[in-house]
Amino acid sequence: MSRLLLALPALLAVAVGGFLLWGLDPARDPNAVPSARIAAPVPEFALPPVAGTGMPGLSAADLRDTGEPVLVNVFASWCVPCRAEHAVLTRLVREEGVKLMGLNYQDDPADAARWLDDLGNPYERIGSDIEGRVGIDWAISGVPETFVIDGDGVVTFRYVGPIIEPDAQAEVRAALAAAGARS
Amino acid sequence: MIPELGHFALILALMLALVQSVLPMIGARAGRADWMDSARTTAALQVALLALAFAALIRSFVISDFTVVNVVENSHSLKPMLFKVAGSWGSHEGSLLLWTLILAVFGAGVALLGGNIPAGLKARTLSVQAWISVGFLTFMLFTSNPFDRVFPAPLDGQDLNPLLQDVGLALHPPLLYFGYVGFSIVFSFAVAALIEGRVDPAWARWVRPWTLAAWISLTAGIALGSWWAYYELGWGGWWFWDPVENVSFMPWLLGTALLHSAIVTEKRDAFKSWTILLAILTFSLSLLGTFIVRSGLLTSVHAFAVDPERGLYILGLLGVTVVGSLTLYAWRAPQLEPGGLFRPVSREAGLLINNLLLATATGTVLVGTLYPLFVEALTGEKLTVGPPFFNAVFIPVMLPLVVVMGVGPLLSWKRADLPGVAQRLRLALLVTAAVAGIVWYLQTGGPLLAVLSIAIAAWLFAASLREWALRIRLGDVPLREAARRARGLPRAAHGMTLAHLGVAALILGFVGSSAWKEEQVLFARAGTVVEIAGFEVVFEGVEQVRGPNYVAQQAQLRVLKGGEEIARLRPERRSYPVAGTTTTESAIRSTLVGDLYTTVGEPAAGPQTGQWTLRILYEPLVNWIWIGSAMLILGGLLSMSDRRLRVGAPRRAARPVPAAQPAE
Repeated sequence: MSRLLLALPALLAVAVGGFLLWGLDPARDPNAVPSARIAAPVPEFALPPVAGTGMPGLSAADLRDTGEPVLVNVFASWCVPCRAEHAVLTRLVREEGVKLMGLNYQDDPADAARWLDDLGNPYERIGSDIEGRVGIDWAISGVPETFVIDGDGVVTFRYVGPIIEPDAQAEVRAALAAAGARS
Repeated sequence: MIPELGHFALILALMLALVQSVLPMIGARAGRADWMDSARTTAALQVALLALAFAALIRSFVISDFTVVNVVENSHSLKPMLFKVAGSWGSHEGSLLLWTLILAVFGAGVALLGGNIPAGLKARTLSVQAWISVGFLTFMLFTSNPFDRVFPAPLDGQDLNPLLQDVGLALHPPLLYFGYVGFSIVFSFAVAALIEGRVDPAWARWVRPWTLAAWISLTAGIALGSWWAYYELGWGGWWFWDPVENVSFMPWLLGTALLHSAIVTEKRDAFKSWTILLAILTFSLSLLGTFIVRSGLLTSVHAFAVDPERGLYILGLLGVTVVGSLTLYAWRAPQLEPGGLFRPVSREAGLLINNLLLATATGTVLVGTLYPLFVEALTGEKLTVGPPFFNAVFIPVMLPLVVVMGVGPLLSWKRADLPGVAQRLRLALLVTAAVAGIVWYLQTGGPLLAVLSIAIAAWLFAASLREWALRIRLGDVPLREAARRARGLPRAAHGMTLAHLGVAALILGFVGSSAWKEEQVLFARAGTVVEIAGFEVVFEGVEQVRGPNYVAQQAQLRVLKGGEEIARLRPERRSYPVAGTTTTESAIRSTLVGDLYTTVGEPAAGPQTGQWTLRILYEPLVNWIWIGSAMLILGGLLSMSDRRLRVGAPRRAARPVPAAQPAE
């Protein structure tokens, strides 16, 4: 019995090693994400507003037949990269007239409201996804994450991680332009 | 020519390591003193050869020798000298060379300084250390040679990532590696003891200074890294639970447990098989960290080059080392006879709780770090585990640990008298209640956890001071007598008190800067005034300045308090034309009470021209994080300088029974 216990660390190490080996598959890119949602209409959902912000909530209807491309940003107050990204999003909205919707992911409404008070609010509507239920429908992998929706409500682009570096910003602008040209 | 010399030195070092892996081990078994002694020479020569190779690499960086691939990829002729030198360990190949050099330094340290260690144990330890060297030297020579040449040579280099061009970060990796790799020698001691089939208090005493050296250095490395993240990344945060941070934190947590459990082995001949297991696991976590950082397995902000082939090689190395040593452990540990019985209330029990909590904390960090990988492997789903998980599981484990830390040192070995201890800690309890009350009054409506944490920090502070005062009988005897007693106290005792006080200071910093932080982000034009935490910050505009390899836009800020100017701050946005990137340089007004932290963001365009994004934070008590870290380091150094660790080393008791030699 005690021998089995002493062998446990070795067995656990082998098990963890198996996962690590699997993770080394060269075809696997930890930053890549399956693009199941691309070219599909936005999933059906309706989210309540974030309490304490006075902002309207977000539902699938708000993203359909808008006639212009829309950015949907998944964020949370506990997410450090989101803070860094926030200034970029604000700039896109204020200076380039981008329409931005927010999906507040697994966040305490009070924290989210304080976060928006502190940093400013560039969003037009924000849905509160406390349970993370809608996040599953959107197949998001973490925060922040940003989608481009064209004027017909079809998801045309997805960016995983904060939009901070100039390259990332250029990608998002290009996707917005492309989505605008299509509708 | 010089790079070839470096390359050649690496090959020679590998040959020596191969000899050292076998000869002393066989010598120890056959009882041949000359074979065992050979490790002295091979270990010393290895360190000399690796130092030569490292010097050759540094020289290539210093003279900007762009025929060397590594220099081209990580340097530039215009870079300041300090960062040219630091560039030599800023890359995967260069840092690996530093890794093996430190491995050899610890080996040579034991070979040359460990005069009081019995020949057999020393020979076996050095052989095991050489096995690790062989693994890393072949890894370097076969997949990551730092001396590879390129032809034709490019005109100039590609520059080191500007984020890494910082004094804090230039020093951070060597310190971190010294800690990481330092645990290798403790691992080697553990494996050697398992091969010998014997662990006793003397063994723990010999291992202690090396464990301490590694732990001190790892503490310094992590603290420096967090300080760098704080002022260089421009977010005002000092810890992000990023996988790369976690992998350096795990060996630290387990190394702390090891430091404490080795004391029990040393003083009471107990916890033997547990101490051995901790020694193996601590270094295994160091290796796991090296693997994760260099394989591109997880998404992280600061991972090295992604290369599955290299990843596979380190995984093989990791597998052989960890699984091999743990199997040896499973086989041999039952023979380590247990010793030292103790009651549920005793110093041993306190240290047992300490070990269990630290191991649990390490486990939660490990699970949180690898969980995304597990889930992806099993379900194909991708997800991230963020700070909420770590804060939710880690803090509840650590707070009870701090409570126990206050009591532990007052408990006597074997059997402690709990009512007596409680009586002696009455004053500390009073102080705790008073502090909790005051904090509660000042911060009504603040997070309850913050008040609780501060109270616990106050408890640790008061209880540690009380314990120290009791030891020197402060108050019971005349002051002169108490001072004499303080001088007579072993330095390790002062070290422990200082380190425990350091933990109290750390908590103060953690709580202050996360629970009571204030923040303002705004578009500002010249003349804008921001009010934050009782300060007025006046934005006077932006000036262009030039650095050696960058141009910067520097914001001019005046800080006023009560209408009087108390500071001028100049945060910058730098652009590095060669690397094609920009960085944010924060400007901070630092005091013990709190930091005023400012950064300037991108300039606005379009209708808002002339406006700049300003970010101003007030971080209360944040400096106590680094003061606390310094106290931990100083406490460790004090302990390490204890005479008892150097002279009067214990004689190993003769084996009571000529134990049956297990079949091998």
